[in-house]
Amino acid sequence: MLDKTSEMRDLARRSRNRRWRGYAFSWLMILPAMAFLVLFVIYPVINMGNMSLYRGNATNPYKEFLALDNYHRLFFVKEDFYNALGNTGLYTVGALISVMVFSLLFAQWMYKKRKLNNIAQTVFFTPHLVAGVSAGFIWSWLMSSQSYGLFNTVLTAIGLPEVHWLDSSEMAMPSIIIMNTWKSIGYYALIILSSMKNIPDEIYEAARLDHASAPKTFFKITLPMISPQLFFLLITITTGSFKVFDSVRIMTNGGPGDSTRVLSMYIYDYAFQRNNTLGYACAAGMIMLLIMVIVTIIDFAFVEKKVHYQ
Amino acid sequence: MEKMKVPSADRVKTLVPQLISDFFKIVVMLAFVFPFYWMFITAFKTYPESMQVPPTMWPTQWTLEGFYATFNSGLSIPRYMLNTVVVTASVICLQLVVMVPAAYAFAKRKFPLSGIAFGVVLVAFMIPQQLTYIPVYLMMADWRLINSLWPQILPLGADAFGIFMLRQSFKQVPDEIIESAKLDNASELQIMVQIMLPMCKSAMITIAMFSFIGTWNSYFWPLVMTNNDLYRPLTLAIERLRDAEVGIHWNTLMAGNCLLVVPILVVFVFASKKIIEGFTYRGVK
Repeated sequence: MLDKTSEMRDLARRSRNRRWRGYAFSWLMILPAMAFLVLFVIYPVINMGNMSLYRGNATNPYKEFLALDNYHRLFFVKEDFYNALGNTGLYTVGALISVMVFSLLFAQWMYKKRKLNNIAQTVFFTPHLVAGVSAGFIWSWLMSSQSYGLFNTVLTAIGLPEVHWLDSSEMAMPSIIIMNTWKSIGYYALIILSSMKNIPDEIYEAARLDHASAPKTFFKITLPMISPQLFFLLITITTGSFKVFDSVRIMTNGGPGDSTRVLSMYIYDYAFQRNNTLGYACAAGMIMLLIMVIVTIIDFAFVEKKVHYQ
Repeated sequence: MEKMKVPSADRVKTLVPQLISDFFKIVVMLAFVFPFYWMFITAFKTYPESMQVPPTMWPTQWTLEGFYATFNSGLSIPRYMLNTVVVTASVICLQLVVMVPAAYAFAKRKFPLSGIAFGVVLVAFMIPQQLTYIPVYLMMADWRLINSLWPQILPLGADAFGIFMLRQSFKQVPDEIIESAKLDNASELQIMVQIMLPMCKSAMITIAMFSFIGTWNSYFWPLVMTNNDLYRPLTLAIERLRDAEVGIHWNTLMAGNCLLVVPILVVFVFASKKIIEGFTYRGVK
């Protein structure tokens, strides 16, 4: 009797040991990845929040404690922050509208299962793979305002006035949006297309029996059915727009004037290019983080309610 | 029989809009690839021809002048290329070594705190590089690594999205396979290496391809992580090419651009189906 209980206790202990060994092994497996993420993503963000309370530079980020003074300067002293915010907003709205509309059109256009449509998918997708730097340079070349710039040559040839694509403050931002639309349509159209293909054929069949017109079918069936995907794209494009940097830096470098100086570029300029404004740049970074979090929450809270889930 | 040969009015009605739509589609497709075409032919033009008004649609004289100029620009292009290749290869290897075990544990093992750990992954997924680079740069400077390639490799060691995607594919491996392997006295390591990895090869190749494209094309991160041309990648070299001479030599610049774009296009030509599948999956999940 006594022997048996001790044996059972022994067994229980052994299985407990084995279980903890299993846990330890699991933790060991995720440890490197967690270490990398915490060290290079999570901790830096916290660190940035801390640095935003100081005046300093790259060699000494904590020169002088300012409390919230950097934030005060951001909103009430310096005027250029609103300009950067506005430019980012402009870019976001422009990119959102043009990318959404064209991706939808392209997806609808490539819907039928045909050889040509497969080729079209590949072709439209190609620009997405190329570096933002390369795309920026190619389009700067196409949009060159010199007389040998291709777009302006074509415009002149058909009797239209030349356009100052990248060197006028009115056209610079739209030009960047055009370039990035070209670069990303193929990708977003593919995502929309794959969710369109998930719509059961019977629904279309029913619409056809009811003699619904093509636009009506599109707006009453296709659009509501793919709304979860559109919602996802909305978040991706919005948060993606806040990060835009490469193409802007190559094509206009923030100019002319400050007409294309977007938020990420503003932060970059203040972080390392000027004296003792590191904390100020960090404060701007925290605002960017805040906006991205708010956008994500708003998107989730408001749009999700109206989104149709199957 | 006779009747079949004559296209009915109905068929004409659907065929004609189809043809018009196809024609239009081909035109738009040509417009989409045109910027690449323009890059290539500009790269092979002579400097005077690249500035000719009106521009020529086909080089009257093919030349490698632009490519020579790229390599003789005073920038050490081979060094930049080497940096790009070394950084890209290192990131791919590091990511696979770091992310595969983590994704496996998240997908197939139950352990305390896994929920919190995965929450960290999700939070990290939402934080862009544009918000982490300042502290990371200072950290690297602290560790005296700025004059090396490490700042371009280490911080990319774990990609939150990659973990997410790999986890998804590990999850699709049925538990019965693991159970039966366990009954055969296979060790954890054996199960992972001999069963799980081969079954998730496709997902791993996709992840590797994403890191290849992402790292090869990266501009912002190396821009903020380097102070010295010795450690800069090709993307930054192209930018330097623009500023190297008075007045932009577009043929040289486009030649440099070709060096950056062609490897990506070559990979795409060979693996377009796989890449498109991967990207679609990434968007849909």
